[in-house]
Amino acid sequence: MSVEKTKNENEPVEPTTPDEAEPIGAVAAAEAAAVSDDERSDAARKVTETLSHVEAKVGVAKPDMILTATGVQRRFGGMTAVDVDHLEVQRGAITALIGPNGAGKTTFFNLLTGFDKPNQGKWEFEGRPITHTSAAKLARTGMVRTFQLTKALSRLTVLQNMLLAAPGNPGENLFGSLFRPLWSGVEKRNTVKAMEILERFNLAAKKDDFAGSLSGGQRKLLEMARALMTNPTMIMLDEPMAGVNPALVQSLLHHVQALRDEGMTVLFVEHDMHAVRHISDWVVVMAEGRIVAEGPPDSVMQDQAVVDAYLGAHHDTDLGDDALLDPAVLARLEAEEEKR
Amino acid sequence: MDELSRILIQALGQLIAPATAAYALAAIGLNLHFGYTGLLNIGQAGFMLMGAYGFAIATIEGAPFWLAFLIAAAAGALLAFVLGIPTLKLRGDYLAIVTISAAEIIRFAGRSTLWAEYTGGASGLAGTAYKGTFQDLSPLPDGRTAIGPLEYIHNGSDSWWTRIFAWGVVLIAVLLVWLITRSPWGRVLKGIREDEDAVRALGKNVFSYKMQALVLGGIAGSLAGMLFVLPISVAPDNMGRTLTFFVWTVMLLGGAATLFGPVLGSMLFFFVYMLLRTGMRAGLSDVMPAQNVEHLAGLMVGVALMCIVIFRPQGILGNKKELAFDVR
Ligand SMILES: Nc1ncnc2c1ncn2[C@@H]1O[C@H](COP(=O)(O)OP(=O)(O)OP(=O)(O)O)[C@@H](O)[C@H]1O
Ligand SMILES: [Mg+2]
Repeated sequence: MSVEKTKNENEPVEPTTPDEAEPIGAVAAAEAAAVSDDERSDAARKVTETLSHVEAKVGVAKPDMILTATGVQRRFGGMTAVDVDHLEVQRGAITALIGPNGAGKTTFFNLLTGFDKPNQGKWEFEGRPITHTSAAKLARTGMVRTFQLTKALSRLTVLQNMLLAAPGNPGENLFGSLFRPLWSGVEKRNTVKAMEILERFNLAAKKDDFAGSLSGGQRKLLEMARALMTNPTMIMLDEPMAGVNPALVQSLLHHVQALRDEGMTVLFVEHDMHAVRHISDWVVVMAEGRIVAEGPPDSVMQDQAVVDAYLGAHHDTDLGDDALLDPAVLARLEAEEEKR
Repeated sequence: MDELSRILIQALGQLIAPATAAYALAAIGLNLHFGYTGLLNIGQAGFMLMGAYGFAIATIEGAPFWLAFLIAAAAGALLAFVLGIPTLKLRGDYLAIVTISAAEIIRFAGRSTLWAEYTGGASGLAGTAYKGTFQDLSPLPDGRTAIGPLEYIHNGSDSWWTRIFAWGVVLIAVLLVWLITRSPWGRVLKGIREDEDAVRALGKNVFSYKMQALVLGGIAGSLAGMLFVLPISVAPDNMGRTLTFFVWTVMLLGGAATLFGPVLGSMLFFFVYMLLRTGMRAGLSDVMPAQNVEHLAGLMVGVALMCIVIFRPQGILGNKKELAFDVR
């Protein structure tokens, strides 16, 4: 199975980005993001320091967890899509959730965010049980998500998409809506905030365009920008980089780091190993519904269970190895795999 | 020549006819459902029947006009609420199935002998039984007035008073729809129309918004039903699937999710429809009997609806740009 091939699954690929060119560009972007490693923010260093005392073991307890899940199972017919014994997510850290296609990452996301119901299991957010909390209520308590299959609200403009996400607007109440003075001030403030975020995501010029007219990558950006409008304490991103061009991947990585530096907790699913390696503080690996490894990015990439999960055999390759981006090397690995 | 001007004047009269106002109001309600929120209601006639019965029965039982008016509105709200509870959590198609069956159930219940004491069964309720309170309300002196070629009596069934009242209600409805749809509340509805999961993920109570839209559109529908029967009588078989289908044509013709679309659509629809019928009746009188002309006109409405959906899905007032990326 190819790690790279999985990237754009189901995603509209930017037509301007030829397939072969992208991985190389993505590496460059990730590397560019990594340059800042020496001048890393205090927040980043503190998180790394805290997590360095945590043992790299599946289900390990974290010093300051914001989200915990226990005994979560989701079956589709006879097939168990998610079977997670225990997971804790550290507050204020960037946690990456990786795993091959069909590992159950999206299903796990759906369960945690109230978009799917588990067969069993329970989870807590900020110490409160949220197993039976509705998706909308969860979003209001500060846990917001994006979708792997981007959900732009096509026939609303980019700015309307953003304003819609702002919480606590009195104009969203039927009776409040009748009296403009009740909400026009709030709208103005929200617009200022929305424009700030759009600026960051290179979408400010598109503010009056219909979201449906954006490219696939731009919609990913819009979805993330929109999620930020809800003032989340934790943001869950399902493949935020898929279909985004390399130059933007770089700024996106910076954005995600900036969110962490502002104190937000980030949990993201991503297939781009370089992005994962360079920005995450902690990596959780899923395969066939189970969590097979977790730990700091560098050690996890070399974990035998992880390499097995991705490449299906006992290679002594490190997943972060650039050689894996070479189609020839991948072809050779795949051929070896088939011979077994 | 005389013939032609008679036909034209008759068509012109349709522009301000009470029935045109009733259709416009029903389409305004449907527009809240479908145009703004994406709710598929294929039983608007059911809401209209609820309003018609609600108003007529309440009046016959002795309620003053404004109480009967409120009862008509409440009847539509109640139906919306009852239909919404089980269906709004499901996929959109279920609401469609439930609304169309509810409309039929209400019509059959109305024409059954079971409650004939109140509903009058299949023959319905005669207009004279419930029009009194409404006509007493008229501030106009008795007499008749002509405005241009259009001449009506002041008071009575087919009168200026009926027209003023019906269009007054439509005007207020347009104003209210304008106020609520330009607001953040309206933006949430449009968001739900685009993708309700996305809106849910942003922390909005999607079910509650859909219910509000369904109830408001249902109230518009039931008040439209009241307007519809004010100049005529309550006849359940006049308010069946064909009525729903005409309301849809009116709404799509004008343009879904536009403010004036339902009003413009209704005026244009009935102007052309009347022109067609009287024109064909006069022109084809040697070739086919009047009965067939009605059927032919009905058939042409169906073809027109298909043509709108295929060639101008955004309607007259809609924005073509909005539909350009519907398929992505
Ligand atoms: N609604 C569903 N009905 C049946 N099976 C499902 C459903 N949703 C997911 N699955 C199955 O559950 C497994 C996990 O799917 P999931 O979408 O969570 O994978 P993933 O890790 O997100 O993969 P990818 O990286 O490709 O997005 C897959 O085998 C999939 O076929
Ligand atoms: Mg997925």
